Amino acid sequence: MLDRLQELHDEAMKKVAEAEDLNDLKEVRVAYLGKKGPITEVMKGMGKLSAEERPKVGQKANEVRESVKSYIEEKEKAFEEAAMLEKLKKESIDVTLPGRPVSKGSRHPLTSVVETIEDVFIGMGFNVAEGPEVETDYYNFESLNLPKHHPARDMQDTFFITSDLLLRTQTSPVQTRTMEKHEGQGPVKIVCPGKVYRRDEDDATHSHQFMQIEGLVVDEGIRMSDLKGIFATFVKQYFGEERDIRLRPSFFPFTEPSAELDISCAMCGGKGCRTCKQTGWIEVLGAGMVHPNVLKMGGFDPDQYSGFAFGMGVERFAMLKYGIDDIRHFYTNDKRFLNQFTRV
Amino acid sequence: MLVSYKWLKEYVNLDDLTPADVAEKLTRSGVEVDAVHSLSEGITNLVVGKVMTCEKHPQADKLNLCQVDVGESDPVQIVCGASNVGEGQFVAVARVGARLPGGMKIKRAKLRGEVSEGMICSLQELGFEGKVVPKKYSEGIFNFPQEMIAGEDAMAPLGLDDTVLELDLTPNRSDCLSMIGVAYEVAAILGREVNVPEPAIVASKEKASDHISVKVEASGDNPYYGANVIKGLQISESPLWLQTALMAAGVRPVNNVVDITNYVLLEYGQPLHAFDLDRFGSEEVVVRRAADGEKIVTLDDTERTLSGDHLVITNGNDPVALAGVMGGATSEVENGSVNILLEAAYFSPASVRKASRDLGLRSDSSVRFEKGVDPNSVAEAGARAASLIQQLSGGEILEGPVEFDELNKNKKEVTITLNKINSVLGTHMTAEEVSQIFDQLQFGIDEKDGEFSVTVPTRRQDISIEADLVEEAARLYGYDNIPVTLPNTPSTPGGLTAEQLKKRKARRFLEGAGMLEAVNYSLTTAEKEAYFKEESKSRVKVALPMSEERSALRTTLIPHLLDDLSYNKNRNIYNVSLYEMGTVFHTEEETVTVQPEEKTFLAGALMGLWQEHSWQGEKKPADFFVLKGIVEGLLKELNITGEIRFVQSETRGLHPGRTASLYIDGTEAGVLGQLHPATAKEWSLPETYVFELDLSTLMSFPAEAVRYEPIPRYPGMDRDIALVVEEDIKAEELEKVIVAHGGSLLSSVSVFDLYQGENLEPGKKSLAFSLRYQNREKTLTEEEVTEVHTKVLQALEEKLGAKLRA
Ligand SMILES: [Zn+2]
Repeated sequence: MLDRLQELHDEAMKKVAEAEDLNDLKEVRVAYLGKKGPITEVMKGMGKLSAEERPKVGQKANEVRESVKSYIEEKEKAFEEAAMLEKLKKESIDVTLPGRPVSKGSRHPLTSVVETIEDVFIGMGFNVAEGPEVETDYYNFESLNLPKHHPARDMQDTFFITSDLLLRTQTSPVQTRTMEKHEGQGPVKIVCPGKVYRRDEDDATHSHQFMQIEGLVVDEGIRMSDLKGIFATFVKQYFGEERDIRLRPSFFPFTEPSAELDISCAMCGGKGCRTCKQTGWIEVLGAGMVHPNVLKMGGFDPDQYSGFAFGMGVERFAMLKYGIDDIRHFYTNDKRFLNQFTRV
Repeated sequence: MLVSYKWLKEYVNLDDLTPADVAEKLTRSGVEVDAVHSLSEGITNLVVGKVMTCEKHPQADKLNLCQVDVGESDPVQIVCGASNVGEGQFVAVARVGARLPGGMKIKRAKLRGEVSEGMICSLQELGFEGKVVPKKYSEGIFNFPQEMIAGEDAMAPLGLDDTVLELDLTPNRSDCLSMIGVAYEVAAILGREVNVPEPAIVASKEKASDHISVKVEASGDNPYYGANVIKGLQISESPLWLQTALMAAGVRPVNNVVDITNYVLLEYGQPLHAFDLDRFGSEEVVVRRAADGEKIVTLDDTERTLSGDHLVITNGNDPVALAGVMGGATSEVENGSVNILLEAAYFSPASVRKASRDLGLRSDSSVRFEKGVDPNSVAEAGARAASLIQQLSGGEILEGPVEFDELNKNKKEVTITLNKINSVLGTHMTAEEVSQIFDQLQFGIDEKDGEFSVTVPTRRQDISIEADLVEEAARLYGYDNIPVTLPNTPSTPGGLTAEQLKKRKARRFLEGAGMLEAVNYSLTTAEKEAYFKEESKSRVKVALPMSEERSALRTTLIPHLLDDLSYNKNRNIYNVSLYEMGTVFHTEEETVTVQPEEKTFLAGALMGLWQEHSWQGEKKPADFFVLKGIVEGLLKELNITGEIRFVQSETRGLHPGRTASLYIDGTEAGVLGQLHPATAKEWSLPETYVFELDLSTLMSFPAEAVRYEPIPRYPGMDRDIALVVEEDIKAEELEKVIVAHGGSLLSSVSVFDLYQGENLEPGKKSLAFSLRYQNREKTLTEEEVTEVHTKVLQALEEKLGAKLRA
């Protein structure tokens, strides 16, 4: 009987080996392992065997079953895998075709510059103050130490609405308005972003409307050296750790001493190139110690308080940062321009 | 201000420095040097030549054949096209091999068969601007007005061995509108001496007052008037040194007297005027205000109509000069003038500024008076000019001048402490250092225990308060030497206000939605806005617009966004969605007297496809519901708590059937809809959708704090219903009835289908809703839901005639 079982085993294994698909395997399974199969038949004759032989045959029968079964399963799995592979191959796509874009708008570069600068100053304890774009002569000029007929008014050709109302030429009026709200009590630490207007013909470097960010710090014991410190911090955060600053004396009616702030040129690292007109420096903003008259008009006692103020052109910052060569691009709203700032 | 370095060196020793060094030092201490021009740049091999003979070119009418002595044994032949070349002239010759500005190289040439070895130069060819070249030489070659040595280098005599510093002066530094002022500044920076020549006057016994009297009727605006009389002079061409000095400073030489007044103007910053005494018309100078409508013909041969605001110099009857601005034509110094009246006066900045403004007339003179000239230099400048005239034109200065003098020439005294300087700057200067700085500036100092009493020379009119002295100390100490510190004041929490945060959120939302942010101009035209707003009187207009395009402040953001769409469309960009956040201006006044109301508006404009994925055939054009989705999302982002309603509305410029007004708690806060096809046509736009929200109003609704609501633990049950209703019944109405009758079990309702067309009775539509029932406490039973749902269906039928679709 043992020989018979071995014979059946070899036969079945040969059929499994020859099977070409799942159907063939099913047939082998039914033929050899089914209830009416030859192994079962052999087992039925076990009653005639001696008590010693019976377990031996039983064991052998089980071994044969297991061996055939596991071979069938192994082959089934192989067939299934092949079939799946075949199916997936047919489902193949061209992965180089473009993906379905997720909508992504963009921030206007001017907004982006304003928000970045705001955030740097917020980190240094500043608040953001805003004010009206149509201003009175008092706030735009007089309170900033620019009385009527002051020659420096010529520096800012103004859009007047009436003899007293005008489109603000700078965001500095917000400084006076904020100082008034503080009623002579420091500290004041603000940046004021906004649109300003001057009677300039629009060309590559001039725009009758542009954006400024002005800042003001008023407290007891504020020094010009603090202005340097705040700006060194700001410039490193905004333009990069490796940038240096320098101050040059200048004139603004609302500050004294006044200064222009230069940063070292990124193009040449300060060696001198075309971008920095061979000087190694690029002018980025005007600043100075708040003029005592301005403090007084804002309700602060210049003997007790001091402060510094600064103002920068947002377009200029954006032009420097992104390498934009014509200020009119900011106001044309060409999709090909705006789309470039989706990554900002 | 153009500063000749050669001229500057007459006052300050600069032998050890280059012009570039001086320029850098000036710039770093507050007087910005815009440019440094070397006049000799690009010029080589230029010599003095003497024209020995000059004949017509045998082959060419317009050319001359010159034999020119250039200091060699034989003269060279030069073909010259200038009509003013002549025998005996001393000229500037660019030899063969020479270079001239602009990269021109002189070669040996043959012109119509004649050899030409070099070029006789015009001043323009040597780099002088046409506007500074004397009229005499402007159409041809230059010839030296004096004997020269042939073959000598011509650079120095022509003043080309000079360098010009171009100063960009800030309005406070009018003291540097003069050579002497610049000299004081340079000397202060370098810590050197200034050497200003004393005018040497040799006056005759004859008295100026025998020929002229001076009467000032407006002493407030003319506190000093000095009149020198010079007799028997001869008008001629100025010597070369004077002409080249003027040309370097950008002034065209005219004749010796005029040139001297200009020279002294540049030297002292004090404008002067010379009248031809014989044509003055009287023997008295009367300074007064003009009568309204009084006329004067100025030197530029223009008749000007004056008013009582303007100050005039008269001969007692007629105006002969517009005080401080320009002289009159009638008494102008001419070639034949022999006797002159030389005016040196102080006119008030305000009066000159007013006249210059009103008449649109700016001159080197008015610019200086407007800023205020140095009261202590007026008479000295007059004397300096008189003495130069005497030297160069052979006249005789009469004893004088005749003066009217009420001018305050006192120096200001300003006090400051050392502590103040150091505490403002954050420096640690010593009293010695500060004294040294004021001394270099030639300020008088009296220091005691760190308290300085500083006497400021009148040339520095910009200095009158403490802060001015702090600035002087700072700039001479060097801004670079100020330390870098951070404020040692208590730190403050910085941050954005709630409104500023909301504005940023709105921007982020729209960016995320796929819109591009636009920024447009605030100034616009009434016509453009008329498509959307009834033309009203209440518009804020600019008094003197630069152009009609920018004459009024915008009251809506939409028209400029349409301009932007149209701009893109013209460049074949058809799918564009833009938004803008900006200020609009509104006034209730017919003529504006107070600041208009300013509101922040948020607008968007959509054209073409909203979403597109072409190769998969996905194309979603922008439509009303895309627009509404953006607005709804934005309201959610802004966390608006009030009741939000979109009400069909008719708005100017928009499609009457596809426009909604947005209401929050009954307050109108915006509009959205399709651009009216007629309006779209005006902008040549295809189907376009726009929204405009009053962000100021939206942000005024309080935001609701977010609170967690437990997630339901029991399953809900969904019932979908398709309702057939009259076409004009709105989804909102059906939803309201459903919500009203769904009771506490109804947790949400949403529309999932709209059908109109076949299989429905005409005039009807089918709207399908999905209702979710939910009980937070327990699992719902079929019966409970059916009971409520039946009530909902009944109410729908009763109130709106809605039937379940079979
Ligand atoms: Zn550079």
